[in-house]
Amino acid sequence: MTVVVGYVPNPFGEAALDAGIEEARRRNARLVVVNTSKGDALVDQKFASDDQLAAVRTRLDGIDVETEVQQSSASVDVAEGVLAVVAAESAEVLVIGIRRRTPVGKMLMGSVAQRLLLDAPCAILAVKTPA
Amino acid sequence: MESLDLLLGGLAEAVTPINLMYAAIGVLLGTFIGVLPGIGPAMAVALLLPVTYGLDPTQAFIMFAGIYYGGMYGGSTTSILLNTPGESASVMTAIEGNKMAKNGRAAQALSTAAIGSFVAGTIGTLLVVFFAPALADVAVKIGAPSYFAIIVLSLVLVTSALGSSKLRGYVALFLGLTIGLVGLDRSTGQARLYFGQLQLADGIDIVVVAVGVFALGEALWVAAHLRRRPVQVIPTGTPFMGREDWARSWKPWLRGTALGFPFGAIPAGGAETPTFLSYILERRLAKNNGEFGNGAIEGVAGPEAANNASAAGTFVPLLALGLPVTATASILLLAFQNYGIQPGPGLLGEQADLVWTLLASLLIGNTMLLVLNLPLAPLWAKLLQIPRPQLYAGILFFASLGAYSVNQDPFDLFLLLIFGVVGLSIRRFGIPVLPLILGLILGPMMEAKMREALDVSDGDLSGLFNESLAIIVYVIIALVLLAPLALQFVRRSDGPTGPSEPDKEKVSA
Repeated sequence: MTVVVGYVPNPFGEAALDAGIEEARRRNARLVVVNTSKGDALVDQKFASDDQLAAVRTRLDGIDVETEVQQSSASVDVAEGVLAVVAAESAEVLVIGIRRRTPVGKMLMGSVAQRLLLDAPCAILAVKTPA
Repeated sequence: MESLDLLLGGLAEAVTPINLMYAAIGVLLGTFIGVLPGIGPAMAVALLLPVTYGLDPTQAFIMFAGIYYGGMYGGSTTSILLNTPGESASVMTAIEGNKMAKNGRAAQALSTAAIGSFVAGTIGTLLVVFFAPALADVAVKIGAPSYFAIIVLSLVLVTSALGSSKLRGYVALFLGLTIGLVGLDRSTGQARLYFGQLQLADGIDIVVVAVGVFALGEALWVAAHLRRRPVQVIPTGTPFMGREDWARSWKPWLRGTALGFPFGAIPAGGAETPTFLSYILERRLAKNNGEFGNGAIEGVAGPEAANNASAAGTFVPLLALGLPVTATASILLLAFQNYGIQPGPGLLGEQADLVWTLLASLLIGNTMLLVLNLPLAPLWAKLLQIPRPQLYAGILFFASLGAYSVNQDPFDLFLLLIFGVVGLSIRRFGIPVLPLILGLILGPMMEAKMREALDVSDGDLSGLFNESLAIIVYVIIALVLLAPLALQFVRRSDGPTGPSEPDKEKVSA
């Protein structure tokens, strides 16, 4: 039994992490935190720095379930990267943060959340930030 | 001061709203491409050349000059915030600059780079104003044999000064010279190296080669190394400097300027050498040696000033002799030629308005850079988040458009592709681009001068040696070529190595 959290170093990612920790405790499942980037831009703000990952690890230390943090800059896009981890871990639930997107913004940038919701083989817990 | 009066005249010409607009476009575009690693001012000017055919030459050159200075400027931002130099001239800035940024002094590093560039650029431009006419006066008297010798000298200097391997330099040089040979022989009308292709008999348009090697070659290279782990950008606020930073910066600025300008004016491989020397000098002079290597502000101030001063120095040989010494200057020379203007001793007389407006707009561009870049630095850093596929798609679009628009001939697109592959291969094998481009652009000029000298002497080889200046230059060439060999022979031990080549590998590894 595994809970996978799609983590990004911003409020949406933090909300997902909070919910993921809760969920792992409730199910008494392994917790896998994933941060990934397509790696096609020189700088990606959603790619956690070493400091940010360390902060995540410290948070996970205090929890009584087994945890793991994974980071990769695979040549696939973010949704595919997360789905690969979900498949590899045979995850029971995937936790992601979602945000409001304007239709135009969605058309231009696409939506990782939408692709995960549609393509993930498991249940998804979509978390909103406390506004 | 006749030059000053002329410069003031140029200034009056340059501050018309339309010219100011082109200056602004130039510096913004220049900073943009300077910030992005792998894309330099040479590529930007080459891409824009065909687009500017419709413009008035003065306006086009105001824009190009802005791109040139802006590119030098933008490179420092990436060096400091990312430790990824945007262009080769800011490799030295990265050493101390990135350390400063990691210590939380990014704002000070950025501002000493910006203000230092402004100081050096302004002093450098003023020096051009005084030196270029003086050199042009002397240059008028230079005959064809000496001109030929000087071109040979600059090719030899650039080729042997650059990079770790002389062999690679000469491979690039002869590749460039050979491409320059394609087409009709100008004095006999014979077609050379045209492989039975009529389109080739007209010669290969240098714009196509430049765009192919710079833009397409880079795009292919990036495509081959597309995915990489993203790097961390160090967040920064608006740049500012404290009293102590000013006190520690102004001397390195001036020393950097003094080093950079002469190196820009001679063909010694552009800004790499003076920035390296400036860094070493500041390191030697630093009192508290412990700080150097851990983010000393002098190590940013000196090289950045040297970098911009050498960019200014490049204009002296370009305007007075028609000799480019850097890749960007070669493309600028190409731009002049496309407008039917031949830079050289006659330029200051024939196109005085253009030259003085250009010089004045360098001063204006420099001021604009300071005003724009100090507050905008955090914004420029955001450019690094542009995904490469989108960025290079845009570059390829402009490259193809530019290559096609030269002659409206699909054959040129085919050539573009070939030179793109050439560009990819030279990056792959670590062959420097500069000798190739210089050989290509100076080759035909060199041939014309040689033919001229030989025609006068009726084909007798002594016609190449009948001027004392020519002989002096040949002696210098011999010294440049033989001195390192002799030194090696005498010492046998491995002496101090030259500036390590800030090559493509480092930027795109």
